[in-house]
Amino acid sequence: MEKKLLPVIEARELSLNYDDYMVMRGLNFRVNKGDIFIVMGGSGCGKSTILKALIGLKEPDAGTVLYDGKDFWADLVLQNQIMRGIGVLYQSGALWSSFTLGENVALPLQLYSELSSLQIREIVELKLALVGLAGYADFYPAEISGGMRKRAGLARAIALDPEIIFFDEPSAGLDPVSARLLDELILQIRDVLGATIVVVTHELPSIFVVGNNSIFLDAQAKTMIAEGNPRDLLAHSSDPRVVRFLTRGERQVAAK
Amino acid sequence: MNTQKISFEYCAPQTLQIKLSGDWRISAGFPEASQVIGQFELHKEVTRLEFEASRLEKWDSGFMSFLFHLSRECEDRGILFDRRGLPDGVRKFLDIALKVVEADTVLPRPSESLLERIGGKAIEVTGSIRSLLDFMGEIAVGFWRMLRGKSYFRRDEFLYILQTCSVGALPLVSLISILVGVILAFIGAIQLQLFGAQIFIADIVGIAMVRVMGAVMAGILMAGRTGASFAAELGIMQVNEEIDALKTLGISPVEFLVIPRLLALVVMMPLLTLYADFMGILGGFVVSAGVLGLNPAEYWNHTQSAVKISNLWVGLIHGFVFGIIIAVAGCLRGIGCGRSAAAVGEATTAAVVEAVTWIVIATAIITFICQVLRV
Repeated sequence: MEKKLLPVIEARELSLNYDDYMVMRGLNFRVNKGDIFIVMGGSGCGKSTILKALIGLKEPDAGTVLYDGKDFWADLVLQNQIMRGIGVLYQSGALWSSFTLGENVALPLQLYSELSSLQIREIVELKLALVGLAGYADFYPAEISGGMRKRAGLARAIALDPEIIFFDEPSAGLDPVSARLLDELILQIRDVLGATIVVVTHELPSIFVVGNNSIFLDAQAKTMIAEGNPRDLLAHSSDPRVVRFLTRGERQVAAK
Repeated sequence: MNTQKISFEYCAPQTLQIKLSGDWRISAGFPEASQVIGQFELHKEVTRLEFEASRLEKWDSGFMSFLFHLSRECEDRGILFDRRGLPDGVRKFLDIALKVVEADTVLPRPSESLLERIGGKAIEVTGSIRSLLDFMGEIAVGFWRMLRGKSYFRRDEFLYILQTCSVGALPLVSLISILVGVILAFIGAIQLQLFGAQIFIADIVGIAMVRVMGAVMAGILMAGRTGASFAAELGIMQVNEEIDALKTLGISPVEFLVIPRLLALVVMMPLLTLYADFMGILGGFVVSAGVLGLNPAEYWNHTQSAVKISNLWVGLIHGFVFGIIIAVAGCLRGIGCGRSAAAVGEATTAAVVEAVTWIVIATAIITFICQVLRV
């Protein structure tokens, strides 16, 4: 059997541009096994762009992304192999609209496993039940609510029991109760699947509930200006930008 | 009256005081800032602008725009804009409006010279040729993997696409092809009647429809119908991140989305061409027998002897090539679509325009080749 890759991500001197416009430069961070790692910062600071570099959708302009010490962008075969070990929940859910929820969750299993169709159906039922959508396998994405679509997207992301799961703005567009439900799901999935989780978000409640490690990006500095446990950052950070963000501007500290 | 709402006084050396009164709301109308600027022009010695607003009754953002304009003008002329005489609310409003935009947050938009624009366009064109070649390469790889049973192929989806670009298109193809047959018959009749050779209408309609018109009509209809729908469908999948979701699962969007569509059109276009040929001949037949008074049996015999099997092959080759053109234009534009509603519209338009253009170019090329080969 093929050796499974260790789910540890490391970014070294990562720089990302859109044409001539620099989004981020000189990013260095490390996601450890079992972390729920938050990439946070204000709107438009480049959070989702970093996510794209980590999941194979945007090649960095400089620097490297390492998965278990292996250069993610150096070799396409290796990249494909690593990508099979990751799941992504997109901001919109990104369910394939011509497929039912069941078919959406089943597709990764059909592609990358030798299981019989009966076994696949059972796994699909289980994964849908895990996100609170038991019995919805035959619905089309257009027939369910936005929150349900995200949960179905999550069921698809965890179809192959990935070792790393990425969440792009999971609570965006959800009411507070649904957002909270999704946060709880993230925690449960980390515990049940033992996965490492990377969450890109600017929602403070989510950041404090789920995150145990984080980086803070700043649009003006065009790089990360803080890292660590978000609660520690809230308690001890002396950077006015970080404190302003984490307290919604209610607490200010003087700039050094 | 606007003039009563504003008056000027030079109360101290080099200081212009503006006295404001009355209703300064948008609905009530108010003076233009140029009146004040006119004062600046008249009295170049002014270095300070003050306000006296004790008789100012009502104001809204109309008044703010007046002040906003003035404060910019004062800044340019180096005149001190003293806002102390303004009401509290106005001063706060002005603070927000005049807050300096932090330079770094505005994306630089350098202006380009003509030469740069031409160069940029040239680079864009080479880029699009490269992306077309990349795309064709990916399609070739996808087909190869499909033939070896290595790619994911969803039969139900393929059958659904096949259905939408075949049965669904029949009514429109029938209508247009019959009408083209009718038009050809009438045009032929105008000339051939002069020689008493109307029966050759059968030859004209038969050869023209089977050799090229059936395929071209079916092609143009399918470009507008199916090509546009491919571009819009894949474009919206791009907007909804569905294509990203495929990529991160290691599924090639070309194998998953493009090949079934390409295959469906390549199979269906020759069949639709045959159908359009038949409908066109039918249209010509109806006009000739019904309106022009030709003998139906004779017409039919003439058609049979005029339309050779080689004509049929030429028509089918047209259909096959058009199928590839429509599917590639639609899918390439759809997959390369930007992430906005407007981009989907542009992708759809581009897909149809390109498909129709290439259909005409391909027809010219095939006709030329046939001429050279004497087919």
